[in-house]
Amino acid sequence: MDILSILADSTRSAIGPVAAIYAVAAIGLNLHFGYTGLLNFGQVGFMLVGAYGVGISVAVFDLPLSVGVLMGLACAVVLALLLGIPTLRLREDYLAITTIAAAEVLRLLYRAEFADPLTSSVYGLQNLAGDFRALNPFDASRFYTLGPLSYNGNHLWVLVVTWSLVLLLAGLTWLLMHSPWGRVIKGIREDEEAVRSLGKNVFAYKMQVLVLGGLIGALAGAILAVYQASIAPDQFKPQVTFFLWVILLLGGAGRVFGPVLGSMAFWFLMTFTDGVLKGFGAMGWLPFLSGPDYGALQLAFAGLMLVVLIVFRPQGLIGDRKEMLVNVK
Amino acid sequence: MSSDEVNPVTVDRMAGAEPEPGSGKSDPILVADRVRRSFGGLTAVDVRHLEVQRGTITALIGPNGAGKSTLFNLLTGFDRVDAGRWTFEGQPINGRKGHQVAKAGMVRTFQLTKALTRMSVLDNMLLGATGQLGERMAGAFLRPMWQRQERENTERALRLLERFKLIDKRDEIAGALSGGQRKLLEMARALMTDPSMIMLDEPMAGVNPALVQSLLGHITSLRDEGKTVLFVEHDMDVIMGISDWIVVLAQGRVIAEGRPSDIRSNQQVIDAYLGAQEVDADEARGSGDD
Repeated sequence: MDILSILADSTRSAIGPVAAIYAVAAIGLNLHFGYTGLLNFGQVGFMLVGAYGVGISVAVFDLPLSVGVLMGLACAVVLALLLGIPTLRLREDYLAITTIAAAEVLRLLYRAEFADPLTSSVYGLQNLAGDFRALNPFDASRFYTLGPLSYNGNHLWVLVVTWSLVLLLAGLTWLLMHSPWGRVIKGIREDEEAVRSLGKNVFAYKMQVLVLGGLIGALAGAILAVYQASIAPDQFKPQVTFFLWVILLLGGAGRVFGPVLGSMAFWFLMTFTDGVLKGFGAMGWLPFLSGPDYGALQLAFAGLMLVVLIVFRPQGLIGDRKEMLVNVK
Repeated sequence: MSSDEVNPVTVDRMAGAEPEPGSGKSDPILVADRVRRSFGGLTAVDVRHLEVQRGTITALIGPNGAGKSTLFNLLTGFDRVDAGRWTFEGQPINGRKGHQVAKAGMVRTFQLTKALTRMSVLDNMLLGATGQLGERMAGAFLRPMWQRQERENTERALRLLERFKLIDKRDEIAGALSGGQRKLLEMARALMTDPSMIMLDEPMAGVNPALVQSLLGHITSLRDEGKTVLFVEHDMDVIMGISDWIVVLAQGRVIAEGRPSDIRSNQQVIDAYLGAQEVDADEARGSGDD
């Protein structure tokens, strides 16, 4: 087992485009849960409509990528309104139930037989990255070396775009949360009745946040489609949402850079455990497991990570423990 | 007792008001008619007519389950009414939502204090300020647009914190305050909305006796600034001491209204609420003070 190459792979994964895309989706979730206290267990649903907005527009209707992204964002607004209007006046758990179900319903709809003309059902959509690669300022056939890392032009372009988006959205979060608007939002997280008693329309604020966080989730889906150049419905399973929750709690909910650090740490650890398991397997230390079982073991590890985290560091990597424990009796 | 000092003044404030249920007031800020709310078969509130005089301290009392808190929730838009209408400053406000009622100038506090615990004391205060441009989502990005307003609000918040003796705590999170300080913070925060009427739901509950005096002082000074105060309270000494007018609820109905002296001698109230024992205790305390 080559521990150095496993560490190198893990680092590559921590700063890779997937980590960036999950960071974007988790920034949306951070707005929902970290700042407003909305329990959204269906963030993957927003990613799905964002990805398919691009996929259907580009692959089926041959429209430009920009139109596809806008379509995805429009779908996210509609989805947020559909989810929010009936549930945001109720207790927070109703949103949780509704979102987890809606995301799964969406996946089943998009992969259904009758949707085949639009979504190609289970086979998904391909060739989505044309416009994106046409914009690439780097030379696709060349390798660019950054210290110990080396990327080809296309990969570098994806990295630049995804991480720029992460920084942009982190900046947006900071601006929003350091404004009177953000103060109302945080007040709603603490006690929405109190905020209502001061003359603020709590429902409208929660709706705004649900839409905004959903839009960010859709954006993550759209860049995922572009990065992979193809999408399939079954990559939007509920476990994506739970990864996003692990990321958010790992990094620190209600912190601007919480989701970003969380995503990097999460993908580092996922790749690391994967490498270690495979290494053990190669050395014959795991005789009772075969290759495909490693994936399951790795997922179990993600769950274990969440449990350990909540017990020993509930505030995440950069949260404030004192603040976290204020309401603990 | 202090009620003796207050009474001569109250005669002025409540001039012309008859001590009987549903009596008319000379200058009512709040007028409610036939307000009903039932939960299943239980009628929690059934108030025929109620007027609250502007610029006074009116207490709402009654035994447990009399419907005081329910009436409070109804009037402030925090619960949905079955039937009834009420006006605030001449405007009908029944059917309005909680935040709309607050915007109209009638702001409430809660029996279980709702300090926003993970926010700083100052942020708690600033949340109360009305008409903030930066509270719109798009406004959040236009810092220059709301910075001046923010400064003015901060100054006002600091003045209020000074008055409520919380100025040293301004940067601490509200969760670090004691129960009594949270009550003070909640009252100060309500004042940030600059209301014309303030509704206090059991402001003295769970507050130590030393702080009760200071809370009473604050409530009296609110009235002296021309604000109207309506509050629910249990402690009879407190009520008799500072109220200009007392409304007694029992089983959802107004069974008596009047100045503290009227209520003290009202047989119906004694039967329904105070009970023989409590009156004895009250008298014993009263004679002790004298």
